[in-house]
Amino acid sequence: MPTMHARRYATNAVMTTLTAACAFLAVAVLVSILGYIAYRGIGAISLQFLIETPKPVGEGGGIGNAILGTLILLGMACVVGMPFGIATGIYLAEYGAGRFASLVRFLTDTLTGIPSILVGVFVYTIIVVPMKQFSALAGGFALAMIMIPIVARTTEEMIRLVPASLREGALALGAPQWRVTTGVVLPAAASGIVTGAMLAVARVSGETAPLLFTAFGSRFFNVYLDQPMASLTVQIYNYAISPYDEWHAQAWAATLILMTLILVINITVRFFTRRKI
Amino acid sequence: MNNPPPTLPTPAAAYGAQARAWNWRRALSPTGNTGDAVFRAVLFGCALVVLLLVGAMIAAMAANSRLSLREFGFGFLTSSEWNPVTGRFGALPFIYGTVVSSLLALLISVPLSLGVAVFLVEQAPRRLSRPITFLVELLAAIPSVVYGLWGIFVLAPLLRQYVEPPLQKWFGWMPFFQGPITGIGLFTGGIILAIMITPIISAVVRDVLAAVPVTQREAALALGATRWETTRVVLANGGPGIAGAIILGLGRAIGETMAVTMVIGNRAQISASLFEPSYTIASVIANEFTEATEAIYLSALVELGLILFLVTFIINAAARLLVWSVTRATSGTARA
Repeated sequence: MPTMHARRYATNAVMTTLTAACAFLAVAVLVSILGYIAYRGIGAISLQFLIETPKPVGEGGGIGNAILGTLILLGMACVVGMPFGIATGIYLAEYGAGRFASLVRFLTDTLTGIPSILVGVFVYTIIVVPMKQFSALAGGFALAMIMIPIVARTTEEMIRLVPASLREGALALGAPQWRVTTGVVLPAAASGIVTGAMLAVARVSGETAPLLFTAFGSRFFNVYLDQPMASLTVQIYNYAISPYDEWHAQAWAATLILMTLILVINITVRFFTRRKI
Repeated sequence: MNNPPPTLPTPAAAYGAQARAWNWRRALSPTGNTGDAVFRAVLFGCALVVLLLVGAMIAAMAANSRLSLREFGFGFLTSSEWNPVTGRFGALPFIYGTVVSSLLALLISVPLSLGVAVFLVEQAPRRLSRPITFLVELLAAIPSVVYGLWGIFVLAPLLRQYVEPPLQKWFGWMPFFQGPITGIGLFTGGIILAIMITPIISAVVRDVLAAVPVTQREAALALGATRWETTRVVLANGGPGIAGAIILGLGRAIGETMAVTMVIGNRAQISASLFEPSYTIASVIANEFTEATEAIYLSALVELGLILFLVTFIINAAARLLVWSVTRATSGTARA
C-alpha cells in the first residue's frame, strides 16, 4: 500500500511541476521576443527615422510614410468596420434568438478563423481588379472585413452583460425598444464595447497578409485613397526578407514602434477594465 | 408595451387592417412602434451584410478560379507540378507543406497548451494565474509578421546551431531528420506555428476547464484523489471542448501566412525531411499573387485560396460546435 501511494503522489508532483513549466515556458518565450525587439529596435530609432521616407541602402531613410499609412488604413477600417460590427453585435444581443441570428453568430465566429490572406484575395478580386490598381481604399476595406466579426462578437457579449432589470425598468416606463437599447443598454455597455473596439484595432494593426495585394506598399508619403499606400507591417516584411543589414535594423525599429502601439492598447484595456473580454 | 399605435383608430380596425395586409411594422416589431421597426430593420441590414460578405467571398473565389478548375479538374489536388512557364499547376506540394507544418505545430503545441491551461485553472493560485493569463494572451497579440522577423533572425539561427544538429545525430536514421541543416524549413515553420497557436488553444481549453462543474472536482477529491488525478477527471469531462480547442488551433495553423512564409523556405517540393524547405498554401498565395500575370496562373492561385477557405471554414465550424457543446451547457457564454 505505501508504495502505491508514493507512486501516486510522485506522479502528482511530477505533473504539477510539468504544467507549471509549460506556463513559464510560454511566458519566457513572450519575454524573450519582446526583449529582443526592444534590444534591436531602440538603437535604430531616431527622429529622422520616424519622419523620413524609405531611401536606398546606405542612405538611411525612415518609415514616416508607413506610420502615416498605417494610421490612415486603421482609420478607414474603423470608419467602415465599426458601425457594421457594432450594429451586428447589437442585433445579435437584442434580437439574437431566431434562426437567422444563430446563422449570423455562427458565421461571424467562423469568419474570425478564416485566414486573413483570403480576405486580401477577396478584396483584390472585387476592388483592385475593377479599379485596375492597388489602393489604400482596398487595404482599408480588407482590414474592416477582419474587424467586423471581432467587434460584433465582443459587442454582443458586452451587451449581454447588462442586467435585465435595467432593460425591464426602461420598458416598464413605456420606452420603445429602440429607445431602451440606444438610451439605456448601450451607455451601460459602452465601456465594454469601446474596449472590444480597441482590441480589434490592435489586432488589425498587425495584419500584413491582407495588405500585400490591396494597399500594396509605397515608398512615398501618400494621402490619396485611390493610390497604393505604405504600412508598417508590409514595410517590416519587405525589410525583413531583404538581404541588407541596414534594412534589417530598420525592420526591428519599425517592429518596436508597431509593438509599442499594440502593447499600449492591450495594457490600457487591461488596466481600465476589470471585466474579461 | 402593448399600447395600440396611435395612428390606428380602434383595436378592431387595427386588427382588421393587420388581417387584410401584411404589415411591415408589425412584422419587424411586435410593439408596432415605427422607431422600433426602423431600428430593427437597420440592425438586421447590418447583420445581413456579414452574411452576404461570407457568401460573396465564396462566390468571388469560385468565379475567379473557374479557369483553373476547368483546366485541371481534380488533378489539381494530386499533381505536384507547379510551373508558371508551361502553365501547368498542381497543389500537392503546398497541401503537403501545409499539413505537415500544421501537424508538427499541433504535436508541440497541444501538450504545451494543455499544460498552460491546467496550470492556470487547476493549480496556480489566483495571484499568479491572473498575470500569467494576461501574458499568455499577449503572445496572441503579437502580429504574424513580427513572429516571422523573430523567426528569421533569432529562432532559425538558434535551431540551426543548437537543436537541429543533435536531432540529426541521434535520430538521423529516421528520414525526417536527414538532409542539410539550414535552419530554414518545415521544422522551423512548425515551431513558429506552435508558438503562435499555443495562446489560442490554451485560452479555449481554459474556458472549457472552467466550465466543468466544481462538483466534479469535489467528488474526486472527496474520494481521496490527488490533485493530478482530479485534473484527469476534469480533463475527461471537458473532452469534446478540448478536441474543439485543438481543431481551432489546427485551423489557425493552416491559415497562418506571414510568419510561415518567412521561415519555411518557399520551395515547392515534397520531402520527408523536416529540415528541407517547403511551401504552404497561404505562403504561395502571399508570394506569387502579385507576380501572377497570366490568367491561368492567377486562377490556380485563387483555387488554392478556395481550397484553403473551404478547409478552414469546415475546421472552424466543427471546432465551434465542439467548444459550444461544453461551454454553452454550463455557463451560457461563448468566447471567440
